[in-house]
Amino acid sequence: MIAELGLAILWMAAALAVLQLVAGALALRPQGAAMLGVVRPVAVMQGILVALAFAALITLFVTTDLSVKLVAENSHSAKPLIFKIAGTWGNHEGSMLLWVTIMSLAGGFVALVERRLPEKTLMATLAAQAFVSLGFYAFLLLASNPFARLPQPAPEGAGLNPLLQDIGLAFHPPTLYVGYVGLSIAFSFAVGALITRDVGPAFARAMRPWVLGAWIFLTIGITAGSYWAYYTLGWGGWWFWDPVENASLMPWLAATALLHSVSVLAARNALRAWTVMLGVIAFSMSMVGTFLVRSGILTSVHAFAVDPARGSFILALLAIYIGGALLLFALRASTVTEGARFAFVSREAALVFNNVMLCGILGIVLLGTLYPLLTEAFGVKVSVGPPYFNPVAAIFAFPMFVVMAVGPLLRWKDDRGGRIAPILAVPALVAIAAGGAAFVAGVRVLPALGLALGAGLAIASLLPLRGRNLRRTPLPIWGMVIAHLGIAVAALGMASESAFSTETLAALNPGETRQVGPYALTLDRIDPVAGPNWTALQATVSARYDGGDATVLLPQARVFANPPGTRTESALKTRWNGQLYVVLGEEGQDGRWQMRFWWKPFVPLIWLGGLLVGLGGLLALIGRVARDVKRLVAVDKIAFRRERQGR
Amino acid sequence: MSAIKAKHQRLVLLVIALAALIGAGLLAAWALSKQASYFYVPSDLMAHPPEQGRAVRLGGMVQRGSIKTMPDGVTITFVVGDGKATVPVRYAGITPDLFVEGSGVVAEGRMEGKTFVADNLLAKHDEKYVPREMKDMTEGQAKAVVAETK
Repeated sequence: MIAELGLAILWMAAALAVLQLVAGALALRPQGAAMLGVVRPVAVMQGILVALAFAALITLFVTTDLSVKLVAENSHSAKPLIFKIAGTWGNHEGSMLLWVTIMSLAGGFVALVERRLPEKTLMATLAAQAFVSLGFYAFLLLASNPFARLPQPAPEGAGLNPLLQDIGLAFHPPTLYVGYVGLSIAFSFAVGALITRDVGPAFARAMRPWVLGAWIFLTIGITAGSYWAYYTLGWGGWWFWDPVENASLMPWLAATALLHSVSVLAARNALRAWTVMLGVIAFSMSMVGTFLVRSGILTSVHAFAVDPARGSFILALLAIYIGGALLLFALRASTVTEGARFAFVSREAALVFNNVMLCGILGIVLLGTLYPLLTEAFGVKVSVGPPYFNPVAAIFAFPMFVVMAVGPLLRWKDDRGGRIAPILAVPALVAIAAGGAAFVAGVRVLPALGLALGAGLAIASLLPLRGRNLRRTPLPIWGMVIAHLGIAVAALGMASESAFSTETLAALNPGETRQVGPYALTLDRIDPVAGPNWTALQATVSARYDGGDATVLLPQARVFANPPGTRTESALKTRWNGQLYVVLGEEGQDGRWQMRFWWKPFVPLIWLGGLLVGLGGLLALIGRVARDVKRLVAVDKIAFRRERQGR
Repeated sequence: MSAIKAKHQRLVLLVIALAALIGAGLLAAWALSKQASYFYVPSDLMAHPPEQGRAVRLGGMVQRGSIKTMPDGVTITFVVGDGKATVPVRYAGITPDLFVEGSGVVAEGRMEGKTFVADNLLAKHDEKYVPREMKDMTEGQAKAVVAETK
């Protein structure tokens, strides 16, 4: 019953999306004023309905209704509740419903709260949002119905991939999806503004909080995903340049560029066409990512099922939306008049430079990700990994770090390099000292440069606060400073991990000790242990830092029954100066146990940096929204007073 | 800033951005031709050996009776074959769970002398996760290999 209800609600929501599209388009006509009142409530209602459909699917998973195909194929009655809920989106159909849910809720939210945009541009925006949603409704209802029933209820569910039975599944995909889909709002704003030819500072100020919000979620989602991969895979790496990781990085790069160009447009009325273009690109990258992940043309832990029909469907959606938006851009770009000009030494110029660098990184990641597909068309199988991505991305990232240090200190419009040179002497000296020390210590070129630039940028990122009263500094300034500091901190963590990690691989008898970095590690014993739906072998390892007291670590090798599978559960010990990483392997024929130990100095800085970037975004968002709310309240008060005086 | 530049700022910016992006594209193309790691089956590897030390991937069946553990307990050697040729492989590390004799494997690594030194082994993970290269292999070459090694 719930399944049928969910499906019916989903169809109703799709019908409302059609209404939203038509009414929004009609409202654009000179005589369309009657439609103005329709679009907003319809958008809100559509969001509510899809949320109900999604709640229905969660209910089916929680109650493990095995007559529903999706539940039978992906869930199991003996799974902990949290994974029953999270398992709702741990499969293709459920994750697409989550996508549509977030998209429609975001559209409804825009309809509910957006007051800054001219009414016509908002109508065009909501119509565009409905148009994009419709494609995904069609995909969901025609090609991947999550509510389909089985002819015979299954006796038991097939269960969830053990790699996904982790608390990370509860947070990582929804967070990333909010980010991906949040960018659809930026896309719809850009399309709306192109339709009404209304690109200017007001448009940028209206769009900025939405971009900022999506970008915060992407940042946090990528950071969390990286940490999740780091501790669940047991490979000791934190970024693998896996196509799916790249699929999340590309929208982030585009959104980062968009965030900065939107700020230029809002503050200075420059970069008009460029900002609109980035709005289109950012969401396009979200969809390219979905296409890569969901089509099954790339194999990865993230690809749920190989289904060429679905791939073609998403490819068609991709072509319609991106092609359509680019066509609209080509037709209208010439009518977007040129914005305000600026000198080659100015804050705008620095932001433009970094925009171009971000797009450069985006380009090389995109090419590297698609290259195996291209060569496969010619029958050559290749894979592209860190030896390509690391150095080529660094060629763009390093100059960007330098300009990141300088840009926030420059004035808008026109400035002289000589004015800020003395201020930058300290970070420059720090960078040179750090780089020199790393070079003397024999660190390779890329990590040494990373350490130098990270150290310099960490100091330079704080400089915009100098001479300010810290308590009266606006939140968006704090946000920028903290986000830039986060980038520097993350860069330091990455460079340190790459330069100073040490690894020990050994087969140990219980009682034996090995050294890794500053730690002496003793394998005390191996015990069998059991969890709710798994059994495991657990090693008890005593770790002594520099001969100090022992800390106990408990790495496990877990075996799951439903579905059959295994997972290594690494054990981590975090200190202020790094992280110890212990993995239990197999028992050899001679009875010794394989163990792998890593000492990774300052590796947590990578994720701490990512969180700081997200926090910076959040502070900026709070600052902007608070100011908007204040302004709205003031406007209302004035209107109220006028009304009373008029009486 | 000169007046001429100011007049054509949009054009200048466009040209700079395009130049940077084309530069990025060329750089990427060059680096890809240098750094992409090609996939080999043992007979290809023997017929057209890649240069020593270049990162490549090797896929094939782990020959029965070929897995040997070195005295250190963590380094293993085994032989990968495709029915036509075989390649000896050395790997130090924790092997994936489904890495067993007679099943498929993809090894990431490089040739050192006559031995393939693997940094990483990818085995068939579960029904839903098969390394891309192994899907083709299990149909064609693999059958021959399995028949031969039985």
